[in-house]
Amino acid sequence: MDIRELQGYASFFMTIFLVVMLYWYIIYLYRSEKKGEKDYEKLGNIALDDEIDSKPINSSSVTPSENKEQKK
Amino acid sequence: MQAHAALEYDYSVAKLFTFTTILFGILGMIIGTLIAAQLAFPELNYLLGEYGTFSRLRPLHTNIVIFGFTLSGVFATFYYVAQRVLKVSMAESKFIMFISKLHFWLYFVGALIAVITLLLGYTQAKEYAQFEWPIDIVIVLVWVLWGVAMFGLIGIRREKALYISMWYYIACFLGIAMLYLFNNMSVPTYFASGGLGNILHSVSMYSGTNDALVQWWYGHNAVAFGFTVPIVAMIYYFLPKESGQAIYSYKLSLLSFWGLMFVYLWAGSHHLLWSTVPDWMQTMGSVFSIVLILPSWGSAINMLLTMKGEWNQLTENPLIKFMVLASTFYMLSTLEGPIQAIKSVNAIAHFTDWIPGHVHDGVLGWVVFMIMAALFHMAPRMFKREIYSKKMLEAQFWLQTVAVVLYFTSMWIAGITQGMMWRAVDEYGNLMYSFIDTVTVLHPYYAIRALSGVLYLIGFLMFAYNMYKTMTSSRELSEEPQFRSPMA
Ligand code: HEM
Repeated sequence: MDIRELQGYASFFMTIFLVVMLYWYIIYLYRSEKKGEKDYEKLGNIALDDEIDSKPINSSSVTPSENKEQKK
Repeated sequence: MQAHAALEYDYSVAKLFTFTTILFGILGMIIGTLIAAQLAFPELNYLLGEYGTFSRLRPLHTNIVIFGFTLSGVFATFYYVAQRVLKVSMAESKFIMFISKLHFWLYFVGALIAVITLLLGYTQAKEYAQFEWPIDIVIVLVWVLWGVAMFGLIGIRREKALYISMWYYIACFLGIAMLYLFNNMSVPTYFASGGLGNILHSVSMYSGTNDALVQWWYGHNAVAFGFTVPIVAMIYYFLPKESGQAIYSYKLSLLSFWGLMFVYLWAGSHHLLWSTVPDWMQTMGSVFSIVLILPSWGSAINMLLTMKGEWNQLTENPLIKFMVLASTFYMLSTLEGPIQAIKSVNAIAHFTDWIPGHVHDGVLGWVVFMIMAALFHMAPRMFKREIYSKKMLEAQFWLQTVAVVLYFTSMWIAGITQGMMWRAVDEYGNLMYSFIDTVTVLHPYYAIRALSGVLYLIGFLMFAYNMYKTMTSSRELSEEPQFRSPMA
């Protein structure tokens, strides 16, 4: 088997692998929502409610200014 | 919390990039219109000596519209959108502010030098990668600065979840970084030869078929990560925000994202069908190009469905019109591309005018429409004034829509005619037409394309004027509009 043929097989199997990953991801997305672990659709609101002082949809633990205050 | 109340988004960098988007847009499209006219009327090649020939101006056109206009638009919207979806102001970090200003100025100076060197004829002779090595180094620096600003902002964000637009901007950053570095690997001949020849000159590190493969892996994905990914980032923010409707399906947007990332990188070899690259690679390029319809339409349909139940906005708000038409043209060109990538179709389409036809229904209908709509949406928020004229916006919309249709229909007819004439043989197997026969037949279509260029350019100048008036003399707004952009 020469290098070209090997490359062909490598590309083929990698494609299969990535396809499986992608389908797994679809299942993962729907399953975690069904189980109530995640709510992806509410993330769409990040674009609508995007004032700097509005409450984050998913808030991170420390905000920069609080961080500064803590350091003081 | 006191400091919070006074905190505002800082648009100074977004404004700077808005100006360059308009500037490079005008410049790039004037040159586009000129070269379109040159193809119809060759005498126009002799206006400016060597600097006015088609061969000098064509790379200038492509590079100015891609790296000048489109990238400026990407940066302008990024510095606007990122702050808002991350809920963090650039004013909160002096460091990020400094880096992003440096990003702008280095970009601007680099772009001017790039334009001058191309005009003087310095080129690596690789499509969309013409810049010689010193400019490549500047481009890498510009890109790194953008990355620092991007990940800096992400680092200090309040909104923990990254909105889908951010994913696309990050992909644009990473994708172009990888592609650009690999494709521009070259040896400066001056240093390698111990001081012979021009210091700017270099040769590619790859040769022959490998060079072609790397080049089109780059070339096609420059379309992916420059013309598709960041524009999708824009529409996922601006369409929901302008219409007040959240994305139809957030899950579908995630899925299309990974689908696009996975498939796009393998499709580049469709530029090399029937050439000397291994046959399986050509087939792979074809197959992946067809599969690419799925994630592309996944995004486009998601955008259109976002308007579900709100289609009345299409007639009431010209910005929605721009964006809906943009996603429609996105669907058109992501169907057309895969068709051209089928081997038997490609045998007719390759090297013909159908290819620039395809390019321009994508860029004029999708990229430029989306960038203009984004800047129109940003203007009232950045400059705190309403959009200067709704009438002008409407007129511009129709003028440019007609122009796009004239461009791609004339090139469809020209391209397919050309492809059929080139391969036509008589009963003895002799070619029926010589090259000049095709040129004669195609002349009217070239003239139509030049006309469409003039119309599109006028439309773009109307956009520029409307933006200028919005910045300077439109009615002032007392508070920021929440969704629909106010216009007079
Ligand atoms: C007034 C508008 C425009 C006109 C009249 C125009 C005209 C042209 C012409 C005549 C060519 C050369 C075609 C050939 O060699 O046969 C070309 C190439 C190209 N243009 Fe434009 N252009 C316009 C706007 C744009 C914009 C806004 C973009 C991108 C944002 C763009 C991207 C390109 C690209 C990528 C190519 C190379 C196509 C290829 O290699 O197949 N153009 N354009």
